[in-house]
Amino acid sequence: MPADTLTDQMETSIPDSNFEAPHKSPHEILVSVKGVSRYYGKKKAVDKISFDVHRGEVLGLLGPNGAGKSTTMQMISGNLAPSNGQISINSFDVLDEPEDAKRNLGYLPEQPPVYKELTVDEFLSHCSKINRISTRHQNDAIKLAKERCGLSDMGKRLIGNLSKGYQQRVGIAQAIIHSPPVIVLDEPTVGLDPRQIREIRALIRELGNDHSIILSTHILPEVTATCDRVLIINRGKIMITETITGLQQRIQSSSLIISLHQPPAIDELLKFDGVSSVEEIEAGRFRIHHDPDIDPSESIVNKSVKDRWRLNEIVPEKLSLEEIFMDITTTENDETIMEPTSNAIPETVANIKLDTKSRAEKKETT
Amino acid sequence: MIFTLASRELRSLFLSPLAWSILAIVQFIVGYLFLGQIDLYLQVQAQINTMQDPPGLTELIIAPVFTNAAIILLLIIPLLTMRLIAEEKRNQTLPLLLSAPISMTEIILGKYFGVMGFVLINLFFIALMPASLLTGGNLDIGMIASGFIALTLLLGSFAATGVYMSTITSQPTIAAVSTFGFLLLLWVIDWAVNINADQSTGLANYLSILKHYQPLINGIFKSSDIIYYLLFIMTFLVLSIRRLHADRLQH
Repeated sequence: MPADTLTDQMETSIPDSNFEAPHKSPHEILVSVKGVSRYYGKKKAVDKISFDVHRGEVLGLLGPNGAGKSTTMQMISGNLAPSNGQISINSFDVLDEPEDAKRNLGYLPEQPPVYKELTVDEFLSHCSKINRISTRHQNDAIKLAKERCGLSDMGKRLIGNLSKGYQQRVGIAQAIIHSPPVIVLDEPTVGLDPRQIREIRALIRELGNDHSIILSTHILPEVTATCDRVLIINRGKIMITETITGLQQRIQSSSLIISLHQPPAIDELLKFDGVSSVEEIEAGRFRIHHDPDIDPSESIVNKSVKDRWRLNEIVPEKLSLEEIFMDITTTENDETIMEPTSNAIPETVANIKLDTKSRAEKKETT
Repeated sequence: MIFTLASRELRSLFLSPLAWSILAIVQFIVGYLFLGQIDLYLQVQAQINTMQDPPGLTELIIAPVFTNAAIILLLIIPLLTMRLIAEEKRNQTLPLLLSAPISMTEIILGKYFGVMGFVLINLFFIALMPASLLTGGNLDIGMIASGFIALTLLLGSFAATGVYMSTITSQPTIAAVSTFGFLLLLWVIDWAVNINADQSTGLANYLSILKHYQPLINGIFKSSDIIYYLLFIMTFLVLSIRRLHADRLQH
């Protein structure tokens, strides 16, 4: 490969954390998907989807298994041709100018595309070459990608010997090595342990500052943790396009779980403002249903301190995101999609519990 | 870019024991047959010397070695080419290439030249055998050169077929079997026809991959034979590129 032709080609996308595009503007549309459909035989996997992604935006594709997320991402990355419709990346059409479009794109498929017989360094060096990074920037690009994905000590290891989590990281490193304006990640945190998940989410947020990222997931907290905007897809159609704040507004908690060491009579609890009913789950543990507009948790905490109920847990039951998700994605006679959502629930509940616990602790201390 | 892909392909080949064992086995069998030819030559040497227009060393020893090498490599090449695309499909690593700024043509040519690099290494070691005769005899260099060009083109055609068969399936073994079957068919296609000589058609003779090979290793250098091989290689490479494009459309 002649080095001189490469040098001038990739001048703009050297892996510098600040990618400079020729026409950089904060709201520039980097990915545009217009009326895209895709059939597998007669089956319609994706049905007239349209959306845009702006620079510096992290878009989450959320949907149950088989909703068309992966198909959509394969089409954006040029691995599948859409049956009809148009996709352009940084204003290059994926079908008409595939090479220009792909130069602006990094893609991590569901299964990380890694050559198991190579070491991490060899593999990333190959990736930097096929992504046409000029020879003098290759080493920096590899180093930066490894740093970002926490692979700095793994350079000499054979990819085949790495754990699934590390292979996933190599897959992500491969997608960001040429610092493309658009990064498409298909379920990037699958197979990672909780600490790695947190790191990868942080990385996605960091990359989201100057790249556009599309990521797919069926895990709800992942969306709230990383995305600016979310598309909920079911059966190949977009059901909802919403920003995260908009989505959170849809989530209104209307019940609390509290547990008290020295519980008062249930009547005591019913006296709080907005509380409609109280049920005792087990000794000292109650579910309090309340008006969505009035949150009684603060007055409960205050009262408990005053009357020495010895509160040790107070958790708002925020299951409504799942409920929204289920409402949107569940249709009658549709049992297959129940599975992924029910998978998602435990983690969500756990996360929210943690979240509100720490909040409750704060309240207690104040 | 083609070179990058080809060199990775070649490296990966040598990272597995497959390449090494193929080199060793081919070398062993060809070497054995070569020594057999030398033995034969030594036995008949006395009679040859009395002939008016005696056949040369090249004709008696090297031409048969080329024929044998072709048959051995007919068995081996499908094993080399089977994994090229099929394995990437099976391991789902093809998206790496498909989402990089590389054209389908570059992918196919990269893979093809990678395998051809290995084939040329193999040929180099085979070439050392005739070259060893230079120490003690007179060789017809022109004829040997023609033979090597023929063998290279023949193996190039094998490899092009292998690349194509590898693009149409995600099972390497199926790719290998179909490559081998197809090549064997072309190898023997004129036999059945030539049994009843009256009905022999020019087409079967033209298609026969062997019919274009024999004259070349015997030193008859016809451009039509060369063109046959070049057309053969080009056809299968173009088919492979088209096949890779078509993969994105259907499923």
